[in-house]
Amino acid sequence: MKPLDRKWVWIGSLLLLAVLLVLPFLVKNYRVFQFNLVLVYAVAILGLNILTGFNGQFSLGHGAFYAFGAYTAAILMSKYGVPYWATLPAAFVVCFVFGFLVGFPALRLAGHFLALATFALALAVPQLLKYKKIEGFTGGVQGLVLDKPQPPFEFRFLDQPLSSDRWLYFFTLMVAALMFLLAWNLLRGRVGRALVAIRDHPIAATAMGINLPMFKSLTFGTSAGFTGLAGALGAIAVAFVSPDSFTVQLSIFLLVGLVVGGLASIPGAIFGGIFIQYVPNIADELSKSAPAAIYGVLLIAMMYLMPSGVMGGLHRLWARLRANSTG
Amino acid sequence: MEALLYQVSSGLANGIIYGSVALALVMIYQATHHINFAQGEMATFSTFIAWALIQAGWSYWAAFFFTVAVSFAGGLLVQRIVLRPIEKAPVLTNVIVFIGLLLIFNALSGMLFDHTIKAFDSPFAKDAWFDTKYFSSHQVGSAGVLLVVLFALFAFFKYTSVGLAMRAAAQNPDSAMLVGIRVSWMLGLGWGLAAAIGAVAGMMVAPIVFLDPNMMAGILLYGFAGALLGGIDNPLGAVFGGLVVGVLENLLGAYVIGTELKLTVALVLIVGTLTLRPDGLFGKKVVTRV
Amino acid sequence: MANLFEAKKLSAFYGATQVLFDIDFDIEAGKITTILGANGAGKTTTLRALCQIVRTTGSMTLNAGAGEVQLVGMSTDAIVRMGVAHVPDGRGTFTALSVEDNLKLGAYVRTDKAEVARDIDKAYARFPQLAERRNQQAGTLSGGEQQMLAISRALMLRPKLLLLDEPSFGLAPMIVAEIFRIMRSINAEDGVSMLLVEQNASLALNLAHHAYLLETGTVALSGPAEQIKNDESVRRAYLGY
Repeated sequence: MKPLDRKWVWIGSLLLLAVLLVLPFLVKNYRVFQFNLVLVYAVAILGLNILTGFNGQFSLGHGAFYAFGAYTAAILMSKYGVPYWATLPAAFVVCFVFGFLVGFPALRLAGHFLALATFALALAVPQLLKYKKIEGFTGGVQGLVLDKPQPPFEFRFLDQPLSSDRWLYFFTLMVAALMFLLAWNLLRGRVGRALVAIRDHPIAATAMGINLPMFKSLTFGTSAGFTGLAGALGAIAVAFVSPDSFTVQLSIFLLVGLVVGGLASIPGAIFGGIFIQYVPNIADELSKSAPAAIYGVLLIAMMYLMPSGVMGGLHRLWARLRANSTG
Repeated sequence: MEALLYQVSSGLANGIIYGSVALALVMIYQATHHINFAQGEMATFSTFIAWALIQAGWSYWAAFFFTVAVSFAGGLLVQRIVLRPIEKAPVLTNVIVFIGLLLIFNALSGMLFDHTIKAFDSPFAKDAWFDTKYFSSHQVGSAGVLLVVLFALFAFFKYTSVGLAMRAAAQNPDSAMLVGIRVSWMLGLGWGLAAAIGAVAGMMVAPIVFLDPNMMAGILLYGFAGALLGGIDNPLGAVFGGLVVGVLENLLGAYVIGTELKLTVALVLIVGTLTLRPDGLFGKKVVTRV
Repeated sequence: MANLFEAKKLSAFYGATQVLFDIDFDIEAGKITTILGANGAGKTTTLRALCQIVRTTGSMTLNAGAGEVQLVGMSTDAIVRMGVAHVPDGRGTFTALSVEDNLKLGAYVRTDKAEVARDIDKAYARFPQLAERRNQQAGTLSGGEQQMLAISRALMLRPKLLLLDEPSFGLAPMIVAEIFRIMRSINAEDGVSMLLVEQNASLALNLAHHAYLLETGTVALSGPAEQIKNDESVRRAYLGY
């Protein structure tokens, strides 16, 4: 990268950081709550991206992992009094194991059939969560109500207190930053290349000595862990879980977010999160059915026009700008 | 014993519906090698059209055949307009577009026909001569309609050159072009047929579960399970698979795990089939050389 | 036009990449013409250009009994209807369909059912191995059998012009010899004109009447096959043996 470019990247990053830190104090609590959810969805989409974008294994069922992470956090907090921050590693591990196990039958499936199987998983999860026999844990149809965590210290900035919502936002921001860093580190090295090799040329990858079954299942597990952790973060932020919060629509929205942000693009997940948090609100004002229709049209349009998502579009724009300036 | 027979017969009756949805899915798969996630929503939309025609005074069978014809044309158009540009795109792109279509059709149903549940009458009178103890006249009638559709399709694929051409175009579009098949039109034809079958399935289901935009969601899943169980490239197997799913759903629900986890049954069936017998009970094993 | 087929200033493109550069070649009716060259010379592209599966500029005229027809810009299925059958590289069999279904598909554009049935019997007579396996999935056949099937399928069209893309590829020498023997008899008995693309120059030159040599998308050499086969300097310079 040219020195001039690097300077701009630094300046841009610092500005962005400043905005992220100051913004919560400039807006109302409810808005901060929404920012929080954007970050949560971004991490969830990041998880899905690891599996579908980088490794080429479809999942139309990631809402299931999100739900399991959320419920893990909720059950630990409400039944066992575990502090909220401690539920995160637990949610990651639980969902990692679950995802790893799901990864095994998934080994024999590809393309449509894997999409189908995961679709079935997504459809079945709400019913599973409502199952009477485990109501003691899950709270059945009514779900579980959680205590909203309080900030650990007093703080005022720009004449606004560090409220619960603001504290949680910063907490999520830190965790999200950590997760993105983790993902970036994981994907840019040998592991990342192996994932992409498996996606693009599975037979050649095997011939080169990559243990396909292990790798693919571990990828499934890692992806599920990320999304599960996001689910836990979401549960903490919303302070409530119920089976009907995790319908197949969630899985579809995560996929939408992935596509909009850009497959196999780490920063794209953030655009995806912004999209699925805010567009339903806007579309809802049109009619009761409109969000679905708008999503549908947008999905199709993106596949035609910007198959590599917003990030792909940005890359192309950036390339064109630089070509113009040097040409 | 009575109860068991009742569960089985009721399961078979449901199974017929699942079988017809499975049939539509197999249709599209045979023609395009894609699984149409939007199948349920398209069928619901078709059923709404039929409902609107009947409300406007049309006789049942006039509305029925008109809806089937319109659905055929609609399916063909969807393929020509929406799917043709991405024919050569990767599978994920196609899956996402199908989901987009799912959302659009669902929303269209809601927007044009609103969300109140509507009654849809069966064309088979309750006291018809074929009304029996275990199967209502509607269930018998639906089975008859489905069998007719099934045999027509079977004959189409096995004995006509267009049917053979469709299968060839789905499996190997490049070679199909070299023998003079217009591959693009074959795909459109496949979609048209699937849409028509879906319309029939929707019209058979509506009298039982009542008509609303989300009518087919759960049924779609059972249809998938049935199609996979029977072998995704086998129309007859699809129907058989649908029947098995219907019976299993009822038996497991009544005697093993309770009725609340029925969708989980479908899930287990799907995953189980895909893992243990990916070609289904009747599908042919396809050999590919590396 | 005396020839069955004439290409003039034919260029072909994969996207923005040009692969053939203004080539000229003719195919005489009733004869076997071969196009030789190394990997990447553009041989397969030439056949694909003929069937309009790739973008082309220039002119290709076919004179197959219905007057002179310009092929550039025609749809592939129309070209097939004109009597051009293409055996692609890699055989292109419908692996999930039966042997018999593969043969039937070869006659897809024909309407004379009785004659089609007769031609299927003729194919089985010529290749007994196919008859034995008529209901088997084509994908289970060996490489040599699939090549026989691919050629038979193309012949089901009763083509005026048969295009063959590297029929010797990946096959054992004995089987290749048999296939080439059969190709000669098809040409001799039924008078089917052939355009043969081959990497195996000696085999092709033994079979063909006329030869073209392609080098990176242009015609480097052309002449009667006999002449090229016997010209040692040409052989050593261009064909490596």
